[in-house]
Amino acid sequence: MKSGSNLEKVLEAGHFAFTGELGPPRGTGAKEVKEKAQYLKGNVDAVNITDNQTAVVRMSSWAACLLLIQEGLEPNFQMVCRDRNRLAMQADILGGYTHGIRNMLCLSGDHCMFGDHPDAMGVFDIDSMQLINMVKNMRDDGKFQSGTDIEDPPKIFIGAAANPFAEPYEWRVHRLAKKINAGVDFIQTQCIYNMDRFRKWVQQANDMGLTEKVYILAGVTPMKNVGMARYMQKKVPGIEVPEELIDRLKGVEKKKVADEGIKIACEQIEEFKELKGVHGVHLMAIEWEHKVPEIAELAKVLPRPKV
Amino acid sequence: MIIAERKPFDEIKTMLKDYKKVLTVGCGTCVAVCLAGGEKEVAILNAELNMARKIDGNPIELGATTLERQCDMEFLDELENVVDEYDALLSMACGAGVQFLAERYPNKPVFPAVNTTCIGANKGVGWYEEKCRSCGNCVLGYTGGICPVTMCAKGLYNGPCGGTDRGKCEISQDQPCAWFLIHERLAAQGRLDLIMEFQPITAWQNQKPRTLVQPGYEKKKEAG
Repeated sequence: MKSGSNLEKVLEAGHFAFTGELGPPRGTGAKEVKEKAQYLKGNVDAVNITDNQTAVVRMSSWAACLLLIQEGLEPNFQMVCRDRNRLAMQADILGGYTHGIRNMLCLSGDHCMFGDHPDAMGVFDIDSMQLINMVKNMRDDGKFQSGTDIEDPPKIFIGAAANPFAEPYEWRVHRLAKKINAGVDFIQTQCIYNMDRFRKWVQQANDMGLTEKVYILAGVTPMKNVGMARYMQKKVPGIEVPEELIDRLKGVEKKKVADEGIKIACEQIEEFKELKGVHGVHLMAIEWEHKVPEIAELAKVLPRPKV
Repeated sequence: MIIAERKPFDEIKTMLKDYKKVLTVGCGTCVAVCLAGGEKEVAILNAELNMARKIDGNPIELGATTLERQCDMEFLDELENVVDEYDALLSMACGAGVQFLAERYPNKPVFPAVNTTCIGANKGVGWYEEKCRSCGNCVLGYTGGICPVTMCAKGLYNGPCGGTDRGKCEISQDQPCAWFLIHERLAAQGRLDLIMEFQPITAWQNQKPRTLVQPGYEKKKEAG
């Protein structure tokens, strides 16, 4: 065991993992976090806590992680390279670990210009690949990035993102290989809608033996309505939404579109369970946490394994 | 070369409001080439200032001179005999020139008339693009001659972020993704192996003022 986190144990035992996501509030309301957490409790193996997502200031990711721990859930501490230099990153990792954080997701972070402080300086002292490697060296060698020793090193299960859909496609699987070489333990992919493209990516990863070295959690976000699908298709970089999916949502009565979105997500999850090289699903039900119990039920991923 | 652009006129006018006799000092090198602070721009700025101050009922006497380079003491010495005639100096050089002028004449208030933009190259007449952040640790050898520190909006060393979008950067459809371009160029050259390797964390060189003495010049520096 690298970290002994619940997520690591679930994956190590060969179970199909199921993780969720929660965005911290734009204020000091612990209540909101705890309420959202109740929808996730027992339905997922770990919960990603976003880190100033879309470059908008929110309660710090590690602080919301602690609230989750208090509620009896396991957090997956997201850390972006945009807002901290290597000192602050390592300090937050030490502090978070001390309080029970065992999983991390290492990300670049959206550019500041998308957020509520567009004129801020993006730090990017190190990049996400280097962050993965830094956390690995902290854990396995007990060394800070500077090379000095850490007393009681933090044992973190290291995650990263992967995007199978950005051009050039042929480079995508090599990006995954590079993250594995840097030291990543698990991957949570970008939201998947183009199943053909995703199957090809996993096949390539299988062929290169990569899926034996890293756990892949397929990213799923159910569509709430046609507008959201169109927005994801046109405006969100790195997400491919096939026209057939939008046609399918359009094909049902307006008040049944959300149900259809969930149905599509569940069909995807069923396929991922059978797909060689996929070890779980990461459900990003954005501002739809209350739907997670229903989705988990319909996707037949309950009860979650006790490991 | 160093690229600069003239500051907004009102900002320059406000900086000079309490001064009656000002020498505008152009620079004949980079900022002259990029049409921001050469002889011609000195003349234009002085004409504008003259007129505006006349209208305000607060006339100003302006001198004009353009030095070969303001980042070289040798050329700054040329002003020695005229500086005392002025209340203040208005430099149209880059940040290095402004500071050297202020250092050479420490008793005179010195004001900048341009904003130093970047180290860049000519894309066309009057059109410049940033090319180098002078990070002090050049990586162009493995990135196909395209700088990710400058061209990638996040300055990433190990390939693109998740925001790369059909060859464009997440910040704008007008901004190419640096790593997409790097991939394209290296693929065409059959050198993709260069970017498959993990690039370790950078030892930043630009976190403190840097000095450089070229080999063979150490003694001259010690002699002052």
